Amino acid sequence: MDELISTVDWSRAQFALTAMYHWLFVPLTIGLSIIVAIMETIYYKTGDDKWKGITKFWMTLFGINFACGVATGIILEFEFGTNWSNYSWFVGDIFGAPLAIEGILAFFMESTFVAVMFFGWKKVSKGFHLASTWLTALGVCISAFWILVANAWMQNPVGMQFDPEQMRNVMDNFWEVAFNSFALNKFFHTVFSGWVLGAVFVVGVSSWLILRKSNLETAKKSLKVSAWFGLIGIILTMWTGDGSAVQVAKVQPMKLAAMEALYDGKVGQGLIAIGIPNPDKKPGDNQEAVYGEISIPYGLSILANHNPKSFVPGINDLIDGFSIDDNGDTISTVSYAQRIEMGKAAQEALKEYDEAKMANDTLAMQLATAKVMDNFKYFGYGYLQSPDEAVPPVALTFYAFRVMVFAGSYLLLLFIVIIILIYRKSPYLEHKWFTWIGILSIPVVYLCSQSGWIVAEVGRQPWVIQNLMPTTAAISDIPASSVQITFWIFAAIFTLLLAAEVSIMLRYISKAAKNNIETTD
Amino acid sequence: MTTLQLLQSYWWLIISILGAILVFLLFVQGGQSMISTISKDNRQLIVNSIGRKWEFTFTTLVVFGGAFFASFPLFYSTSFGGAYWLWMLILVSFVLQAVSYEFRRKKGNLYGTATYDGFLMFNGLFGCVLLGVAVGMMFFGAEFTVVKSNILSHNSPVISQWAPTRGLEAIACWKNLLLGFAVFFLARTQASLYFINNIRDGKEFDKCMRRKVLINGLIFAVLFVAFLVVLFLQSGGRVIDGTFVPEDYIYWHNFWSMWPLAILFLLGVVSVLYAIFRSAFDGNFRAGIWFSGVGTILVVIVLFCLAAYGNTAYYRSLLSPDSSLTISNSSSTKFTLEVMSWVSILVPFVIAYIWYVWSKMNSKPLTQEELNQDSHNY
Repeated sequence: MDELISTVDWSRAQFALTAMYHWLFVPLTIGLSIIVAIMETIYYKTGDDKWKGITKFWMTLFGINFACGVATGIILEFEFGTNWSNYSWFVGDIFGAPLAIEGILAFFMESTFVAVMFFGWKKVSKGFHLASTWLTALGVCISAFWILVANAWMQNPVGMQFDPEQMRNVMDNFWEVAFNSFALNKFFHTVFSGWVLGAVFVVGVSSWLILRKSNLETAKKSLKVSAWFGLIGIILTMWTGDGSAVQVAKVQPMKLAAMEALYDGKVGQGLIAIGIPNPDKKPGDNQEAVYGEISIPYGLSILANHNPKSFVPGINDLIDGFSIDDNGDTISTVSYAQRIEMGKAAQEALKEYDEAKMANDTLAMQLATAKVMDNFKYFGYGYLQSPDEAVPPVALTFYAFRVMVFAGSYLLLLFIVIIILIYRKSPYLEHKWFTWIGILSIPVVYLCSQSGWIVAEVGRQPWVIQNLMPTTAAISDIPASSVQITFWIFAAIFTLLLAAEVSIMLRYISKAAKNNIETTD
Repeated sequence: MTTLQLLQSYWWLIISILGAILVFLLFVQGGQSMISTISKDNRQLIVNSIGRKWEFTFTTLVVFGGAFFASFPLFYSTSFGGAYWLWMLILVSFVLQAVSYEFRRKKGNLYGTATYDGFLMFNGLFGCVLLGVAVGMMFFGAEFTVVKSNILSHNSPVISQWAPTRGLEAIACWKNLLLGFAVFFLARTQASLYFINNIRDGKEFDKCMRRKVLINGLIFAVLFVAFLVVLFLQSGGRVIDGTFVPEDYIYWHNFWSMWPLAILFLLGVVSVLYAIFRSAFDGNFRAGIWFSGVGTILVVIVLFCLAAYGNTAYYRSLLSPDSSLTISNSSSTKFTLEVMSWVSILVPFVIAYIWYVWSKMNSKPLTQEELNQDSHNY
């Protein structure tokens, strides 16, 4: 059992490592691909060669980053098999389809047209080249859509049923899997956040050029495009983020409670702006949950339900099966102890089904099937020993949520200020301190982006598939030592590649600053 | 044949086609493996020639994996989760490849061009050989068991379990290696054919490549014949009504019982041999890559079909024969296969635009002059 837990922990660490590195490169690809396409469109429309130079400058940076995204992406796909083989079988009938569709529809589009983007300037017409640039951006978006459909399905498993005969879940409604509101919201929230990241990257690099008094016209043109693009992106990210909160409140209330370190909920629940979660706090004890709490009155009720007088359950409420409806009446939900009981009943019934199948006892199979189905909703709880195991890491989720929100709010302000300064032709744009704000916003946006994923993924623990499969049951049959070795190998490779990418980008930008970017061909 | 069986066969065919295209596109890896044997000036040319195609190979590998996941998830879960070291080595080699083209000559790349060229050569050798080993297990078996009810065990819930060597034993199996090295030398042969087609750099370069076609082609031919002999002598089995039924010379039997495949196979072999010998001895012939490509695709499709059709266990368990995987016991459900089949209607469209773009980009051969003029090169 200890070996199993260790394998699970190392496999989680390896997947988290790969995903986090992947997410350093991918949002920049998402955002920059569209910014580059917009710039090339301006070149196409105006015929102004300066815009061609600007497009090629950002396109080169896009290319350097794109390679690392591709490199880390392949590992993520195959790690579902190598490290989570039970998962691959248990839901492969549903989860595999979006991945395959992503490959067929998106990857080929990206890989075909990205080659035209880089090598086709003198081989194809201007129109064909522009179309290729937009098709690359479209391919990136389609790719993001299908992988996020897959991710959203893990958090909100719909469009499927359990088949006791095969002991796995099978798809019965593709449209529900692909186009449920949870998936769509996740897609838009993630893609818009990629726009923001791409925009801040361009703002940061442009600010550096301004700081160096180099290529001022290019820098200001880029700043203008990126600030507008970023502003639209951040507004849409916030809007879809609000949609996410409502959905999480419905589908993953435990995640929402962890995001707020909320143990005992109430009607008209406030949203904590500042506070320090008590690391020793356990469900059901009397310790204070958050030290130094400053809250926005009714904030969480509004965020979760768009209703300031609604009840938001805390961790203890969820475990105990306690809630209050909109009329103010106390109601009972299924407590976690009951869920564990039902999960174990479903698993016991599945064993009975298997034995009945071996004995060719049709009646017993039918009875067992009925019992499995009655309790299947909480199948995964059968793997848990106590309700506490269903609580995600509270402090990490709490802090990550706040980092994401504060950083996002800062970025909204940044884009607004830049746009105002641009249209007022303000000299502040060229002030040293302001350019440094632009440059230092790059790490801020990465922090924001990574924090968002920490909230989404750490906050849903222990589930690999919400309520149906915990990470401990999703694992492959490999010793922890093997995963440790590959973890460190990947950690070393990714870190070395990241260092090389950053170094190449810095050298390229630095070299470009010494030349006229607009005339570079 | 029921609709489900038809869909399973259809998806195996799709997998076979993807696998076949992947083997053809491994000419990129074959070219990478030759980097150190080419002079520095020509090295830029060959790297830039295959560097404009590396993403097709990479993407095809990813789609091959994704299609397996979607259509035969039990294979995905058993092979990837079991032969851990084999797949991890393959992945590492492709990760290193993915950045090497873009980074190798960029200023500030930290580790120098030679390091990235080393990564490309590593991928060129290990990518080909290990993918061959992975496919070899489909004919020569693998050391795993599948017990679905394990999922109810809290202490050891994994349904697919593998021998403690976790894939290393597959790398040590000489039969798998035979296929692996055959793939490797085929990739080198095809790379040379591709360079003859795509690069113009004088007679010496041309002559050098035609010599490489002959040498690598002959080594490939010997290894491939040896592989065929071993394959046709190989025992295997069919899973009938859930029970594994062993059968001697199973692939030989499949080969003749599915005689249209035998014809395609022979056509493919002749096409590859024609490409090799005509390219080696006819100094004006530059279309060898297309003959070889079509031949390779035909042969690989047939090999995949031999491995799985007719209830043949395409992933034979050497530890517990009843755990062996067939296309019927390892597939997704009828519903999922149907959905995926609708999506697969788009595949010809995808192939069409790839072909169109390829022909546009390759309309003129690559020259040193073009490299010198182009600001974006590897």
